Formats: sequence, structure tokens, C-alpha cells
Amino acid sequence: MNAVKVNAVSKVFNQGRPNQVDALIDIDLVVEPGEFVSLIGPSGCGKSTLLRLIAHLIEPTSGDIAVNGKPASQARLDQDYGMAFQQAGLFEWRTVEKNIELPLELKGWDKSRRRARAQEMLELVKLPEFARHMPWQLSGGMQQRIAIARALAAHPELLLMDEPFGALDEMTREHMQAELLRICGATETTVVFVTHSIPEAVYLSDRVVVMSPRPGRITDVIDVDLGRGRNEDTREDTSYYATITQVREALRKVESSRSNPDLAGIEDR
Amino acid sequence: MTRRAIRRTLLFCLALFVVACLWEFYKAIGPEGGGELLGIPLAKTNDHAMPHTWDMLKRLDEPENRAGGQAIWRSVAGYAWHSFKLAAFGLALGGLFGIAAAVVMARFRFVERGLLPWIVMSQTVPLIALAPQLVSWSGKLDIFGWEWPLWLSVCVLAAFLAFFPISVGTLRGLSAASPAAAELMQSYAAGWWRTLFKLRFPAAFPSMIPALKLGATLSVVGVVVSEISIGVKGGIGRAVISYSQAATGDPTKVYAAVFGAAVMGLALYGLVVVADILLMRNRPQEAS
Repeated sequence: MNAVKVNAVSKVFNQGRPNQVDALIDIDLVVEPGEFVSLIGPSGCGKSTLLRLIAHLIEPTSGDIAVNGKPASQARLDQDYGMAFQQAGLFEWRTVEKNIELPLELKGWDKSRRRARAQEMLELVKLPEFARHMPWQLSGGMQQRIAIARALAAHPELLLMDEPFGALDEMTREHMQAELLRICGATETTVVFVTHSIPEAVYLSDRVVVMSPRPGRITDVIDVDLGRGRNEDTREDTSYYATITQVREALRKVESSRSNPDLAGIEDR
Repeated sequence: MTRRAIRRTLLFCLALFVVACLWEFYKAIGPEGGGELLGIPLAKTNDHAMPHTWDMLKRLDEPENRAGGQAIWRSVAGYAWHSFKLAAFGLALGGLFGIAAAVVMARFRFVERGLLPWIVMSQTVPLIALAPQLVSWSGKLDIFGWEWPLWLSVCVLAAFLAFFPISVGTLRGLSAASPAAAELMQSYAAGWWRTLFKLRFPAAFPSMIPALKLGATLSVVGVVVSEISIGVKGGIGRAVISYSQAATGDPTKVYAAVFGAAVMGLALYGLVVVADILLMRNRPQEAS
């Protein structure tokens, strides 16, 4: 059974109106359990839209999406996935601990079980002493780790992330990437990860999906052959650089084939 | 927190003192019998029109009537307490309806389009025009054998004033939650009501609190004005009228009632401030 199966999906916004946008055309994508897949492409290529479709926050115009072998709508109701966004989006009126408990509360777990799980998640993201703090007392990187803890609190098999490290500084970002790999390795979570950073995509992923804009399509899928157990040394590896070049060229090809100077938003760092 | 509270209290006392000084300053330099300066009419400063502030304070401890009896501040406190209960109930009533209206409007956009103009229009009707209608209910209206009392008319008029800022403030607050947070709740498959209680209400508190503060003061105004226009006895509004009728012989008497009304307004406002402190104690400082 595939973790995610996107079959001939298209998404059109404002259909039939003058401001009609073909956000995604004919997308096919399969993600296997335990896989880490990144979606990369210039602004407007529909990578976030694709993630929202998988999360069933929006409905596809045509085609169908299965998550854990069931329709995306059912997977959302069953909370088969956790989600993290660019903004940590913690509720400022709840303690760190209560933020992590939110999805469990909505699932109707009792208090002691929620407490125990929140503590477990805090230890996973290495912030156990901050349970009673308020979110605004934490740094941006710490808040983002809490958001990941919240996304993983119900032990979902699938984690959907939309540029979760986009607002962090470079040092924190690299640290968070390593943490994410460690956490996902430990929990055997499947991840679909939207980013506009090429090195980030390569460092994290088993596969990098390259997309192009107007209309949003998948133009390339690049396998990253860096194995498991990546660490800081991986960032100096020659095959790491080779894959970065490969992704970059795939993105250039997107641009030149459309002769459309629109690689805005792609980071080389 | 406590240091801020002490500073605020001191500033408040200082402001009171400055107002008293201004009063006395004008009384000292202004024309005794009134007059005109460059075409601007000047108020009289004699002891009938502008009694000394210390005389007003001294009057508080003298009996209500020249004949004797308990000190006037005791009577005033009794009237103020009576009106305070009405105002508090009016605020609760107005808050309940205001918040309920905001929730319904936030839930159904077409209700917002249909209801909001009526809510705005309702506030253009003068309170004094409504008061006689409501008064006529008492004695005539009985709901399942329960007769509509006169004091409830006063509460409804107070609620009518308090309701407006509360519903508008709450409606604004309910849409204050970030779209990302709403999307997060959606990803948890949380329905509209659970999103309302877990996300939208807590996110709305920062704009509901100022609206409730406005509502509290309006509720006090509503009670005092409708007590006067309806003519119900026992409240501070009535005391202001009956004391002012004694102005010729006892000019400081009416100020006792005015002070009572002011203290009562502050007390109701204070209740909202306490709610503010309790609800917002864990929020980031810049939010308050």
C-alpha cells in the first residue's frame, strides 16, 4: 500500500472566470511508506497546492488522491497525517505542552494520556524542560520544533510540511534539518516536504520532485543516493554536490524550455 | 504587574486631583455672577453654581435631609448598589445577546449582511424614545404567568446600549484567527463549533475586552438614563434628579449622587478589567 498516491490530479482555481488559474495539470505521484519526498519549484508551480490537496484542505478539480489506501477526505477525518507550516502557528494562549496536546484533545484522549504523550514528544524534540512555558517565550527555532512535536503527537504515519524552516536563520535551519531526519528515522514517518531551497531538498530527501509553473506540472523526479544516516559530513560529500547540481539543472531546464525568466524564489544556498 | 497597578492607581488619583485643582482655579479667578469674555459666555462661580470641592466632600458625611438621619454617603451607596446590580445584569444580558449575534453572523455570512444594518440602525433610536415602550410592558406583559417587572425594563434598556459594541467587537475578534491556524484546525478535522471554542474565541479575547469595557460604561449610562426617564425609584438616577431639586438650598447635595454614579461606573468597569487580567495573564505583553 502506498503512503500517498496522486492519480491524474488537476486543480483549477476560479474556473470559468477571467482570473482562472491552472494551478496543477495532470499530476501523478506515488510516495512509499517511510520515504522522504521533497517538492521543489519556482513560486507559483503549485507545490503548496499539491500538499494541500494531499491534506484534503482543498479538493482536486479532477483526478483522485489516496492516503494510506483510503480517499484523502477519509484520511483527514481519521487524522492519518500531521501537518507543519512555515509559521509555527502555536496558539499563544496555550502552554507549549497544551499546544502539543491540541490534536490529541480533538481526538478525545483523556488528560493523563495526553500529558504523557506531550512529555514524550517534548523529549523527542529535546525541549522537555519547556512544557509549562508560553510559546512567545521561545525562540523561532524552538517554536518550530514544538510545531513538529504537535504534528507528530498522534503518531501519524505521514507528515506533511510546507516550508517549515523557511523563516529560520541558516544555522538553526541546518540544525533543524538534522533533527527532522533523526526524528523521522526514529518514528519511521513518511514525509512530503515543500521547500524552495535546493540544498535542503537534497539533504533531506530520498527523492526530489521538480515542478514547473503555469500550469503546475512535475517535470523531473531525481533520486538522491546519499543513503540513510546522513549527518553534517553529508553536506561536504561530493555526491551531495552532484545531486544539488542535478536538481539545479532540472530547474534551469524548466526555465529555458519555457523561456520564462521566473526562477524567483529558488534558493541556491 | 502589581507595580503597574500601583502606578495606574496613583495616576488616577493624580488626575482626580488635577480636575479638582482646575475647578478651584476657575472658581477663584472666574466672575462671581457670570459674564462674557471676547464673546464667550463665562460660567458663574458663586457657591450655588460651583460649590467648593471640599464642601462637596464634607456634604457626603452629613445627613441626607436637614431633619437628620444617616449620612448621605450611606444612602447614596445604597442607591448606587441598587443601580449597579441592574447595570451588571444589563451588561450580562447585552453581552450574551451581543456575543450570540456575533457568533451567528460569523457562522452565516448572509446573516451578517442582513442583520448588521439593523444592529447599526437600532443604535440610532434614542434611548428616551424607547423607554416608555418598555415601561408599558410592565404590568401588561406576562410570560407563562410570570409578570414583567419594571426593573427588568431598565436592564433591557441598559443591555440595548451595551449590546452594540460587544457584538461588533466580538464579530471582529472572531475573524482575527490567522488563516493558517484555521487550516490547522481543518487538518484536525475539527468542525465549526470546536474551531469556535478552541481557536476563534481565544483569538477574539483581545478585541472582546475593549468592547466589554465600552459595554460596561454604556450599561451604566443606560441604567441611569432610563431610571430618570422611566422614573423608577431606588436607584442612583432617581437620586441625581431628586437631589438636584434641592439645589437652591443645598447646592452640594447633588454632587453626592454624581460621585455615587461615578464610583458605580468605575466598579463595573473594574469587573471587566479583572476579567481582562484573568483571561490575558499568559498572553504576550504587546497584545494587551
